[in-house]
Amino acid sequence: MTKDSSEYLIERYNNVYEVVIGLEVHAQVTSNSKLFSSSSTTFGAEPNTQVSLVDAAFPGMLPVINEYCVKQAIKTGIGLKAQINKRSVFDRKNYFYADLPQGYQISQFKFPIVGEGTVILDMENGPKEVGIERLHLEQDAGKSIHDMDPQNTLVDLNRSGVALMEIVSKPDMRTPDEVSAYVKKLRSIMRYLGTCDGNMQEGSLRADVNISVRIKGSDVLGTRCEIKNVNSIKFMQMAIDYEANRQVDLIEEGKTIDQETRLFDTKKNETRSMRSKEDAHDYRYFPDPDLLPLEVTDEFIEKLKLDIPELPDEKKKRFIDKFKVSPYEATILVSDIDTAKYFEEVVAKMGKNLDIKLAVNWITGELFAVLNNKNLEISQSPISAKNLAKLINLIKNGTISGKIAKTIFELMMDGDKDPQIIVEEKGLKQESDPKALETLIDKIINDNREKAIEYKQGKEKLFGFFVGQAMKASNGKANPQLINEILKKKL
Amino acid sequence: MLDITSLTLTDLVKSIKDKKISSEETTKAFIDRGEKSRDLNAYITEDFSNALDKARAFDQKPNFDLKLPGIPMAVKDLFCTNGVKTTAGSKILNNFIPPYESTVTQNIWNEGAILLGKLNCDEFAMGSSNETSFFGSVQSPIDKDLVPGGSSGGSASALAANLTPITIGTDTGGSIRQPASFTGTVGLKPTYGSCSRYGIVAFASSLDQAGPMSKNVKDCALLQEIISTYDEKDSTSIDFKRNAYSKELTNNIKGKKIGIPKEYTVDGMPKEIEDLWTKGIEHAKDCGAEIVEISLPHTNYALPAYYIVAPAEASSNLARYDGVKYGFRSKGENLIDMYEKTRSEGFGEEVQRRIMIGTYVLSSGYYDAYYIKAQKVRKLIKNDFDEAYKKVDAILTPSTPSAAFKIGEKTNDPVSMYLNDIFTVPVNLAGLPAISIPAGVDAKGYPLGLQIIGKAFDEQNILNIAYAMEEKIEFKNKITDWWIK
Repeated sequence: MTKDSSEYLIERYNNVYEVVIGLEVHAQVTSNSKLFSSSSTTFGAEPNTQVSLVDAAFPGMLPVINEYCVKQAIKTGIGLKAQINKRSVFDRKNYFYADLPQGYQISQFKFPIVGEGTVILDMENGPKEVGIERLHLEQDAGKSIHDMDPQNTLVDLNRSGVALMEIVSKPDMRTPDEVSAYVKKLRSIMRYLGTCDGNMQEGSLRADVNISVRIKGSDVLGTRCEIKNVNSIKFMQMAIDYEANRQVDLIEEGKTIDQETRLFDTKKNETRSMRSKEDAHDYRYFPDPDLLPLEVTDEFIEKLKLDIPELPDEKKKRFIDKFKVSPYEATILVSDIDTAKYFEEVVAKMGKNLDIKLAVNWITGELFAVLNNKNLEISQSPISAKNLAKLINLIKNGTISGKIAKTIFELMMDGDKDPQIIVEEKGLKQESDPKALETLIDKIINDNREKAIEYKQGKEKLFGFFVGQAMKASNGKANPQLINEILKKKL
Repeated sequence: MLDITSLTLTDLVKSIKDKKISSEETTKAFIDRGEKSRDLNAYITEDFSNALDKARAFDQKPNFDLKLPGIPMAVKDLFCTNGVKTTAGSKILNNFIPPYESTVTQNIWNEGAILLGKLNCDEFAMGSSNETSFFGSVQSPIDKDLVPGGSSGGSASALAANLTPITIGTDTGGSIRQPASFTGTVGLKPTYGSCSRYGIVAFASSLDQAGPMSKNVKDCALLQEIISTYDEKDSTSIDFKRNAYSKELTNNIKGKKIGIPKEYTVDGMPKEIEDLWTKGIEHAKDCGAEIVEISLPHTNYALPAYYIVAPAEASSNLARYDGVKYGFRSKGENLIDMYEKTRSEGFGEEVQRRIMIGTYVLSSGYYDAYYIKAQKVRKLIKNDFDEAYKKVDAILTPSTPSAAFKIGEKTNDPVSMYLNDIFTVPVNLAGLPAISIPAGVDAKGYPLGLQIIGKAFDEQNILNIAYAMEEKIEFKNKITDWWIK
């Protein structure tokens, strides 16, 4: 690897290789019912309790499209700045598997609902554009469970028929970091839109990673391998790292790369061949005769556009323009819709005392640290935006010092306590009466005459000592700014 | 004494409404005859005792406002019936009892009818003679060892033999009209999208359509009026204005233009079929219709296109019968082995043949040459009809290129069997309605039918033409009850 962190290159002898990566992300559509049936989609239910006759492919059962899922896919397409296809077609992808009750998956092959679009990644060295090839709707399969019974494979059909959006990127990514940023950005956009919860642990978001390598500077694509079903960003990055090096080694040894499907073994940190191109399934795609082509009108699309909220890129721009935050801070604030919401609520609640710098620092500093520690999402924050705003206002109007604020912050976590009440209960109000402080400082100087003389003779470091003594004497409640002023005067 | 089982549906309904007979008496009569007629092998599943209970319940609280008050009837075993075994004529569904009801049968029960049992059919409706059924071939009441046609062979046989006053079949390439033609009965294949496919075991989804089979046109109109409803559970169901077909039925077809397609004169067609057609044309003229010669130039390509599209869809539709969830399962060493054994033991020869054809034509590298081409042909065939209907209101053709044949006569020659569908298949490809009415007999006395093809959603018009011609033809089915000992 080279030193420039924006580049990910693999060097061997005299050759430098770059990695070309494209992603097929499978995102579960946020919807109460499945793509072609009215069964519930709730995660974690008892096995086979959310299965209709359609999902289990009983004879004579027919699919009926769920309009809500179609709307969700179109909204996602709008969020990806993509072409919405007014006519799309559902096809059958035929293959046999125990957890595929119909013997085919209903998907969109030739005519997807969403065409080309773009996603902008906020990379450290500037924005990077990744093209979207298409987005199509398809059914999820059930789940085969191989480790519950020694003799048999058990099948849970709860997931069978749940709507997925397959979002196919162009081979525009070059580094594992870009892949990470891409998945995070997609997730962020879909969470803003409410079209996918992006929960990777529950499998709501997973990806097939397509990787090839080529000599840097070449514009010919190498033979790619597809790594199936990787379900965390970390694993994607590890898999890319392993797979890219494997391919480079093969080329360096004068061997050819077989186009194949591979699996990433998370325990051994390696990819393994699953099936070669020759063994690839012939899915025998053809238009599903049980479903008519899906046609939507301009009016239908326009109406959905009215429902589109402000998306991360626009929000970021507004935060920079309006609140004068740095692009870096803005990126952090908008990356997750709940963070953005929290920030905006804090700002709103602070009212006329608004201090953006302070708000950003408290959210991205103290609050994030706590959330990280406790492994919580910001939506589960133990401190509400309203109370954090109050706390910041207390600092801003001089009622408490920043240091005291940290103590109060700790106390607030117990049941989202109002900081004002804590200040009153614990008597933590800052001492800002200059007369009282002068008396206090006079006493300290008197008690430490020798040090005061040393300071006057030029040992300026001792200034901190006096500040510390003053703070200690006031139990930390003294207004530090006033202490500084008075000390300078008196010493 | 009133011979209940030989009554038409219309007369039977009248007799029950007039309280001349009860539902129980009626049901008993059909059950008795059914029990005496087991040699026809028309039933796969008899539901006689339940039927009697339902008939008694009806008599206790009769509702004479219904269109089928306490009328017993048997249906093709392709319709899923709640709590009653539904096999589609296949070993692979030999033990399958659906916990749901098809929309078409539900519509029938909602009008007061009572299920007698499930009628034999070709396996998954794939056949033209009812010989591919796992439950054995069906005898035609017309003559011993004669096929009743297929795939709705059990329905046609039971109807002609008076085991049921009326019945329903399904028609993918002629499966209602051909057996109707072979047994001297009336059969209507409605416009695609007229009757819901919900709960009907699928063969070829873009072609399958349920329809009535009856003793006369009036009965046919009545049942069509009942089974044809818009159904949200079938995405291909069409929400169009449906007529009150039986009420609006008229024999006044004066001035109707009836097209005679020259391409339906095929090589090797027996003279008696040509004569039948000529006679039919005369009858139509007698009714005041105007005869117009038309051309349907792509007719020749219909059969090959059909035998690509239908198996392609079937190969995918039948993938669900894999031994995993319901139906027959054979033990295997592993999943693939279980699939292979289940499906090679569970499906019969004809079904396996069509699954293989369908799998082949959808395979990558062949898809464009077969499936896509067949779809293009299908479009051309539809265009032919659209062109013709600029000039005419309906089209008159023979229903089949020959009369019924003997059991076993064509089983080793699938292509000759497929040729039986030559006049019916174009109609399915174009999604149009068509009715077959009995119009004469061949030299052996076996019935022959004429087909009237209509514009999409124009069932009323072809029913009217059929009704008018039926009066002129005065066909009488000669059935001797030879099978009753």
